Amino acid sequence: MHVVTIASMTPDTEAAVSVDASGNVQWGDKLVVNPWDEYAITEAVLLKEAHSGQVTVMAVGAEAQAEALKHGLAIGCDQAIRVWDPALVGADSLAYARAAAAAIRKLGDADLVIFGKEMSDSASDQHVFQTARKLGWTMIGFVAKIEAIDFAARTIRVRRMTDQGSEVVSGRLPAVISVLKDINEPKYPTFIGIRKAAKAEIPVWSLADLGLSAAAVAPRTAISGHRELPRREGSAEIIEGASAQEQAAKLVARLLEEKIL
Amino acid sequence: MDFALNEEQIMARDMVRELARDKIYPTLKEWDRKHQPHPDVLPLLAENGVLGINIPVRYGGQGFDYITLALVCEELERIDASLRVIMSVHAGLNSLALLQWGTEEQKQRFLVPQARGEKYAGYGLTEADAGSDPVNLRSTARREGDVYILNGEKMWISLTALADHFIVFAKTDPHAEPRHKGITAFIITRDMKGVSTYDEKHKLGVRAGSTGSIVMQDVEVPVENRLGEEGEGFYIAMSCLDNGRYTVAAGATGCIRACLEDSIKYAKERHTFGVPIAQHQLIKQKLAFMQQWYDAAWLLVMRAGWLKNQGQRNTRETAVAKWFATDMSVKAALEAIQLHGAYGFSDEYDVERYLRNAKGAVIYEGSSEIQQLIQADYALGYRHDRPLRCEPVPYDAETWQSEG
Ligand SMILES: Cc1cc2nc3c(=O)[nH]c(=O)nc-3n(C[C@H](O)[C@H](O)[C@H](O)COP(=O)(O)OP(=O)(O)OC[C@H]3O[C@@H](n4cnc5c(N)ncnc54)[C@H](O)[C@@H]3O)c2cc1C
Repeated sequence: MHVVTIASMTPDTEAAVSVDASGNVQWGDKLVVNPWDEYAITEAVLLKEAHSGQVTVMAVGAEAQAEALKHGLAIGCDQAIRVWDPALVGADSLAYARAAAAAIRKLGDADLVIFGKEMSDSASDQHVFQTARKLGWTMIGFVAKIEAIDFAARTIRVRRMTDQGSEVVSGRLPAVISVLKDINEPKYPTFIGIRKAAKAEIPVWSLADLGLSAAAVAPRTAISGHRELPRREGSAEIIEGASAQEQAAKLVARLLEEKIL
Repeated sequence: MDFALNEEQIMARDMVRELARDKIYPTLKEWDRKHQPHPDVLPLLAENGVLGINIPVRYGGQGFDYITLALVCEELERIDASLRVIMSVHAGLNSLALLQWGTEEQKQRFLVPQARGEKYAGYGLTEADAGSDPVNLRSTARREGDVYILNGEKMWISLTALADHFIVFAKTDPHAEPRHKGITAFIITRDMKGVSTYDEKHKLGVRAGSTGSIVMQDVEVPVENRLGEEGEGFYIAMSCLDNGRYTVAAGATGCIRACLEDSIKYAKERHTFGVPIAQHQLIKQKLAFMQQWYDAAWLLVMRAGWLKNQGQRNTRETAVAKWFATDMSVKAALEAIQLHGAYGFSDEYDVERYLRNAKGAVIYEGSSEIQQLIQADYALGYRHDRPLRCEPVPYDAETWQSEG
């Protein structure tokens, strides 16, 4: 069994994000492990504990991404690999997926790839589906639970969430899945894991190592600018009344008057 | 001089920060209000290896250094002093003393389960009439063949209700001259016949922690449970305090940081005279002082930690860190309450809890007055560090991390 999980660092979810006049985003200076990836990493480690095998945590990106890899090692992943090449500066999701897929293929024996649902900053997830497409593997998104996985028989059965509810989907391995918060409770690092992570020398695979040309990862799309949401204008009205009943009656009357009810 | 923390220390600090914030903080106030130990704290610290953070791996610990111990204590007290108090007694006052003074057999029997978090540990020096002046303690230990018979009552002992093991001090020779040479240290266990404990119910602070008394009535303690030699107890007690005070000092930096962080947040939210109070110069001054106290306290703690890693005696340096950090944590908490105005006076906000907790730390493990006497006595040449039979154990990454 060899499970791969792909992690990334994203701006702190608690940072106040703003857009300047020229359309550039100020994300704040602190990065955290993409919260969705915490579930992906944990799921990979849980699978390893249940099936005894190997977990590789991977990131595509510059040096700052190494922190997500160290976090993965500290939680219990066996090895970490960072994919990076100067030609990947400005990579779009497709370029990212090409690099990720090539790296997964280079591992040789991966059975399952686990992504977090999306990148928390851009709320984008197309790189997940594109990676599966580039690998030519089964893709199952929005997984809330792995109900059964059999690495020998090469099958997986999961519960995935849809807008209407949930459905159980079976598929063949190798597969790529993206996971939701329902799937587990993220693990915390262990001290032994921390020591291993601190000592780890994380290999960096370049495009040459992956047999990709710079042209193959040239971005096809570019973000030309960001804009803030229009500010909401509004006012608050406190409904007074002697009792809760009276307040509720007045509230209902107001809502009817405003044609909200 | 290298001020940088290494990656291992940073990751350990962050892990404990997240654990305490996610797993304990949301329910802390509930237990503080109830004056009851938070039931999840000890199991959490045990399961995650925090209780044995800086005990060598071969004794069941995690093999991290003394600096990491301080960082952990800072993070725990960032949430609440009751969390850090556990490290002070379990790790600082007890486990590290076993590492320094214990026989190999005692380390296997007591230190290993403590470092693994299977057993919890406390330290009983104080008595009704012996706090700042522990030489005045009245508990006695009478040797009868292969056992000592212990009698007496320890008071104000942290973790009384929860600890399995205690290091206690008693007089084997009540008439010794000088008096401190009559004191001997023992390891007692809760399950020994004649040991009973009572928890103090209404403390000003550390309310989510356990503090109380241990009564020893004709407790038979086997000779193998004597820690160190007969008459060596006072030196052991003081060397324990070198480690305990270190954790208290480190914890106090966490309390100062809590005051500062909460105050910064509030100062930006609260408006008076049409602007956030953060824009008033007198408010800025409070924040500036808190920052200064934090930085200075932290540096004093780090120097003590560095000496500990080297295995050098650090009584003076630890004492000055403890004195300064805890005194400043009281000041920081007072200023934090002031900055929060009436809201700070209510337990809706955490700052009043910081003050109640901080007030304990200027009393226990040597009051601020005692810390001042220590500094002056070193300065005047009235006090010197004499060699100990068992010197503090230096940190060595390789041996501390090896299994064998
Ligand atoms: C929350 C809490 C937890 C504790 N946990 C433990 C524990 O786990 N184990 C343990 O053994 N003890 C513990 N203690 C006890 C603590 O260490 C003592 O309370 C402390 O040493 C002070 O002793 P005392 O209370 O008897 O005060 P006293 O010694 O009676 O002092 C009274 C006052 O006189 C001052 N004073 C005393 N002597 C002098 C002097 N020579 N010059 C100037 N001023 C002086 C003191 O600073 C203090 O202000 C704990 C206490 C508290 C509050």
